[in-house]
Formats: sequence, C-alpha cells, structure tokens
Amino acid sequence: MRFYEYESKALFARHGLPLGEHRVATSADEARAAATAIGGPVVMKSQVLSGGRMKAGAVKFADTADEAASLFQPIMDAVVSGQTGRSVLVESKSPVAQEYFLSVTWDGRRKQPVLLFSDMGGIDIEEVAETHPEHLSRTHFSTLLPITPRIAKEAVGAVGVTGGALNRITPIATELMRLFLEYDLTLAEINPLARLEDGRFVVLDGHVDMEAEARGRHKKLLAELGVQEEETRQARPPTDFEIRGRQVNEADHRGVAGNVVEFDGDLGLVIGAGGGSLTLFDAVRKHGGKPANYCEIGGNPSVGKACELTKLILGKPGVEKIAVMMNVVSNTRVDIVARGVIKGCIESGKDPKDVIAIFRIPGAWEDEGFKILAKHGVDYCDRSVSMYEAAGRAVAKMG
Amino acid sequence: MAGMFIDVRVDASIAKDAEIAKKLEEVCPVDIFEATDGGVALVEKNLDECTLCDLCLEAAPKGKIEVVKLYER
Repeated sequence: MRFYEYESKALFARHGLPLGEHRVATSADEARAAATAIGGPVVMKSQVLSGGRMKAGAVKFADTADEAASLFQPIMDAVVSGQTGRSVLVESKSPVAQEYFLSVTWDGRRKQPVLLFSDMGGIDIEEVAETHPEHLSRTHFSTLLPITPRIAKEAVGAVGVTGGALNRITPIATELMRLFLEYDLTLAEINPLARLEDGRFVVLDGHVDMEAEARGRHKKLLAELGVQEEETRQARPPTDFEIRGRQVNEADHRGVAGNVVEFDGDLGLVIGAGGGSLTLFDAVRKHGGKPANYCEIGGNPSVGKACELTKLILGKPGVEKIAVMMNVVSNTRVDIVARGVIKGCIESGKDPKDVIAIFRIPGAWEDEGFKILAKHGVDYCDRSVSMYEAAGRAVAKMG
Repeated sequence: MAGMFIDVRVDASIAKDAEIAKKLEEVCPVDIFEATDGGVALVEKNLDECTLCDLCLEAAPKGKIEVVKLYER
C-alpha cells in the first residue's frame, strides 16, 4: 500500500530525516496561508499515488502567497495517471547544488533488503543504472543483524562520494534502512535528496510503500497518519473486475481467492499456493502467454468460492481459456478446487475440457481430484510436471 | 435432488427422526443437513461442498446414509 508524499514525509520526520518546511493545503485559502507561513518561494505538489506529476502539470512553483492560492485549483485538477490530487503539499523552495538518490527495497533473488544509492538523483534511476552504472551502488543488508552506519557509508562511498557529503548522507541512509524494516515497507525512497547551496541536505521528495499484509501490525501508525481502513492505496483505483474479485473472496470465509488483479490478456489464471501465484504468472509470461488476470487461491477455498472465481474470470471479455495451477498443496484440497472450477465452467455455459487449458494442482486428495477431472475430460497433470512446464502447456494451447 | 459431484441419500426409515436430523445438522461441516419439523432435509446448494468426512455416516445408524460420488459413476 502506497503512502502519499506528505505521509511519507511524516514518517521520515519521525526518524529525524531533514525536511524542508512544508504544509498540506486542501483549499486555495490554506495554500495561501501555508505559503505565507513558510515565506519566500514555494513548490506546490499534488498529492497523488503516482509518479509523473511534473509532466502532468501537478507540480508548480509560486513566488508569492497569492500566486500559491491561484495555483491551488489547477494543481488539484491536474490528472496524473488517471488520478487527481487529494490535497496539495506546499513546501519551501530552496536552491539546489546537487541531487542524490536513496532507496531501500527488497531484492527477491537475494531474499534481502537492498540499499540503492546514486549521486545522480532527481532522474529515473533505471536510466542511471543503464547509462551510468558506476554512479549506482547496491548494498544488501541483513534483516537480523543490527543496522549500522558502516553499511550506509559503504553504499554512499561506493560511487565516489567523500568528505562532508559522505558524512551527511550516511546517517540519512542509515535511518532509511531502519525505517524500512521497522514499518514492514516494501519501498522507502528519497529522490531527490538535495544538497542545498548552503550545504544543508534536505529530502525533497519521498515515496513509501508498506506491505499490505502488515497493515494490522501498524494500525496505530496508520491511524496517526490518517490512513482509513477502507483505503486500498494501490497505484490506480480497482477495476470492476477487481472489485467483483474482492466480493467473491469476502462472500465466503472459507479459504482465499484473493488479490485478483486485471490484465488485458486472453488466458485466465486460477493460481496460488506458497508463492505459486507469482511464479506461475511469471512462467506464463516467460512462455509468451498473455494473462488475463492475477489471483491467489489457497487455504482450501470452498467449491462455491472456486466456482465463483472461475465464473468471474471466464466472464471477462477476451478470456478464451483458463489455466488452473498451483504449487504442491497440503491444506488445500485438489478435489474441492477441481469441483469448483468445473462447476464454474459449466455454470458459465462452457465445456470444462475446452476451456481449462491445464489443471496442475498436485497434493492433498489429488487422486479424488484427478477422478473428477478425468470424468470431465480435462487435461491435468501431477507434480512430475513442473509449474514452469505446466504454464508452457497452457500457453501452447492458446495458439 | 443431487449436486453436480455429490449426492446424499437418506434412508426413509430415519428421514423423519427428529433426533437424528438434529445430529446430522450438527455434525456436517458444510451444512448439507437441516433439521426441520418433518425430519431431515437436504440443502441442495451445499451438496457439492461435501468434504467426504463421513461424520454423517457415523451420526446415523449404519447404512442409513449414503454419500454418492457421482463422478465415479
């Protein structure tokens, strides 16, 4: 779940990161009052859960309080990736000598957090990685051992930053790492971190994502930041398909058929189990397939839940077939899922053997499940066929 | 009255027994049985949720409840 910039900065402030003077405005009058209180030129930024604000005209500069008031509404109205602002952050505008990039995120391959640092901040970091790799350092650190300034110092020094800048950036990077772990974040990013002409360092922009599953652990923080429980905080509003997916999951407490995300492909996916969803989704794409959706099933969903999910996916325009694939299951029953998806096909007016490209769910009660699949002529396989291979078989049938 | 995958048959000799009906309603984890004034009623929409746990078979006199896997026929 994403934080707005002003919330990210509130979090940064708790850890003593250096911030410019700022206020949140929800009206032109408040924008005027904020600019007056700050004094001098200000930068005004729409508060949306998406990047690309500058290009969309959602960031503007004002030299006077009256100008700030007049710019409020145009900034609020600017559309950024389909969103308009919930408020405007008014912040002091300071002359910048150099910009840096600092970010902590997860490295899925190393299964460790990684601190990314560059002395070329303010621009797209992927571009820096591609064109100036020597200006980007990647430093992994442990989630178990104490966070020490030495880790941050190595990361910052690795791109050639020395002297006063090294000493000033090190504690900022150290706190960013601590903050990342303390609040179960998936991303804590400062871009840019500015060295001002007077030598001070200031966080100009920040981006924080929290692991959605960790919301329960951070109820107090979220309440203090004003994040409401019903706010999903995704990068875009949920589609009708995704809302109906959530309804399917919520309608029945048994098992999970959640995190339904819409894509524009033709192969519907009923996938899950122990990281299986991500693996299988990637495998489908690796084979050249075009997923129509992402989802996560597990925890032994009822026949009814599997059925409704199947109907939802099969009812999505453009979906020709579905692939039903999971990792080896223990607490989910193969026969129950098999009943559900077959029932979903039939209730959608489709023949299971025609629309189920592959059924690859090995594990608990598989013998019973395979009997059901065989009875309906569905192509199925056991654990001797890898998830990757099963995804390939499904994609091959999309011909 | 059967599901797509599962059928449950209750022998006529216990179908009107209120005590057995209550027991069946209590033991079934997916609410296939309902105790009514007239005895045992089957909840059709739940038949396919049957987990094949056999608790109903144990709750009724031997041989009086039959759980049929329609996909084996």
